Amino acid sequence: MQLDLRNNRDVLAGLLFTAFGILAVLVARRYPFGTAMHMGPGYFPTVLGAVLIFLGLAVVARGLVSAARVKGEWGWRPLALVVLAIVLFAFLMPRAGLLPALAAAILTSAAGGREFRFKEVVVVAALMSVLAVAVLVYALKLPYPLIVGLPWIS
Amino acid sequence: MDLLSNLAFGFGVAFSLHNLAYCFGGVLLGTLVGVLPGIGPLVAIGMLFPLTFTLPPVAALIMLAGIYYGAQYGGSTTSILINLPGETASVVTCLDGYQMARQGRAGPALAVAALASFFAGCVGTLLIGLAGPPLAQLALRFGAAEYFSLMLMALVASVVLTSGDLVKGFCMVAVGLLLGLVGPDVNSGTARYTFGVLDLYDGIGFTLIVVGLFAVAEVVSNLESSEVGEVFTRKIAKFMPTRKDLRDSSWPAVRGTAIGATFGVLPGTGPALSSFVTYMLEKRISKDPARFGRGAIEGVAAPEAANNAAAQTNFIPMLTLGVPSSAVMALMMGAMMVQGITPGPQVMTENPELFWGLVASMWIGNLLLVVLNLPLVGVWASLLRVPYRWLFPSIVAFCCIGSYSVNNSAFDVYLCAAIGALGYILAKLECEPAPLLLGFVLGPLMEEYLRRAMLLSRGEPSVFVSRPLSLAFVLGAAGILAMMLIPRMKREKPRNDLRSER
Repeated sequence: MQLDLRNNRDVLAGLLFTAFGILAVLVARRYPFGTAMHMGPGYFPTVLGAVLIFLGLAVVARGLVSAARVKGEWGWRPLALVVLAIVLFAFLMPRAGLLPALAAAILTSAAGGREFRFKEVVVVAALMSVLAVAVLVYALKLPYPLIVGLPWIS
Repeated sequence: MDLLSNLAFGFGVAFSLHNLAYCFGGVLLGTLVGVLPGIGPLVAIGMLFPLTFTLPPVAALIMLAGIYYGAQYGGSTTSILINLPGETASVVTCLDGYQMARQGRAGPALAVAALASFFAGCVGTLLIGLAGPPLAQLALRFGAAEYFSLMLMALVASVVLTSGDLVKGFCMVAVGLLLGLVGPDVNSGTARYTFGVLDLYDGIGFTLIVVGLFAVAEVVSNLESSEVGEVFTRKIAKFMPTRKDLRDSSWPAVRGTAIGATFGVLPGTGPALSSFVTYMLEKRISKDPARFGRGAIEGVAAPEAANNAAAQTNFIPMLTLGVPSSAVMALMMGAMMVQGITPGPQVMTENPELFWGLVASMWIGNLLLVVLNLPLVGVWASLLRVPYRWLFPSIVAFCCIGSYSVNNSAFDVYLCAAIGALGYILAKLECEPAPLLLGFVLGPLMEEYLRRAMLLSRGEPSVFVSRPLSLAFVLGAAGILAMMLIPRMKREKPRNDLRSER
């Protein structure tokens, strides 16, 4: 029987932690290490990184023994769309303004759900926009342009 | 008496029109989001946290605390009505609460949950007022070594008690500690782990971790699979519990409060564990244990009292020692730091209006919750019919706005997306996010205390065990770890009782 490494829960988790630890240690090498008495900025992160590498490998080893699989399916599609929604918001907010950014985020993330009903999503987006404008712009007086290039509605 | 005059002072602060309004707003928002499926207290606080930035510190904390126990409370409503716990603390409430709802007794179940929580909340509030000052006195004697050991114990406890897997839990703590180090080093000013990105020179925003790790990851997990249970919303016409119900649930509520209050103070534990333990205890001492799981009212009263008492006493270590005992408290602590207040024993002397105002507002908040929940149960129940496909895009939108508004920075939002993706993957690999958050908050503090302790001891690590208080904390950490490891080595039962009982 071949080991299914790609869906091995602990092997993946352990590798992730180990990679994180290695990165931490490598980057920390650029900072002065110091001594136990006078710890430099590199001391604590190096120790932590080393601990993480060690524990990560322990998790990998356990995963190889137990071969526990990841439960359920990976939700790549919702993940991609939700992340895309947030990225779009970040991109549009300073360039196009609050309303386009919100609309994009809501429409894109809604596409990640199991059912996408366009009319409902538009209603949700409209409600959220009204709420956001009322709370952020009127109540908290944050200086966000509603739509860039249309100063009269802001 | 000191306590009375302090409490009176606190009530004076909390009863100001402004603070009362924020308390009410917090409790209302908290209940609202707590009732909505898929949003627990942590996510609720994380999303709404940026909104409190513009408020004065007292009002901000009062509101956040209100959101916290409001959400806790709302979670019990969903447990009873749709067998869907808003968060781990109300998992056990599902067992009997949902059964009661199926027998047409949703009303009494909700009422008893509300009353038991209110009772527990009153006791919890009083305990904070009682235990606060002496603990703060004790904490003033803490040196760097004590603080380091105490934080170590808090981290160990959080790993052992909140997550199933020890090793992965410690990995998450280490990742959290490392993420907490991003930004300038306090001693030398060296910018660490910034990878030349200017936006990282101030460190990773606290909000981003919370919103990404909890809210975004949670949304994705829910989208990947979720089934909605039956909703029992039609039959809650009469919600008055009978005399017998009240008689049956009063002692369990008292016991639940006692256990919850005790567990709440211990670092790393919190509402979730205490409600499990209480439920088990009630089942064990009951004359007829078979009734449990079939709609026993004690099974609702006791855990609800326990998780609310714990939710209150959870504040004690954070407010008096500056050490958060749970992820939510880590968040509250972050909120204090954002407001420019260093959590710790000096809060009580330097910001008495904050400490006592917060304590008093919790009592008021608990009262408001009963007032809000009992008559409005029908309204909350109707909210349960809101389909998730309307909710999650709004949650995502909130996350975006929340992470943007902290610094008005688009970079923060990108970072939030990345953390969210990482959070989903970690959740999928069954790594609990709570220890990471605790580590993140404690990272810079622990490094600072470690350095100071080692400098004072001239590089001698024995300082952590030669000072009695510090030794006590180290032993505490070792004890908690042993508690978890020894039963596992015996390999009699799988894991501990709590899990097999589910």
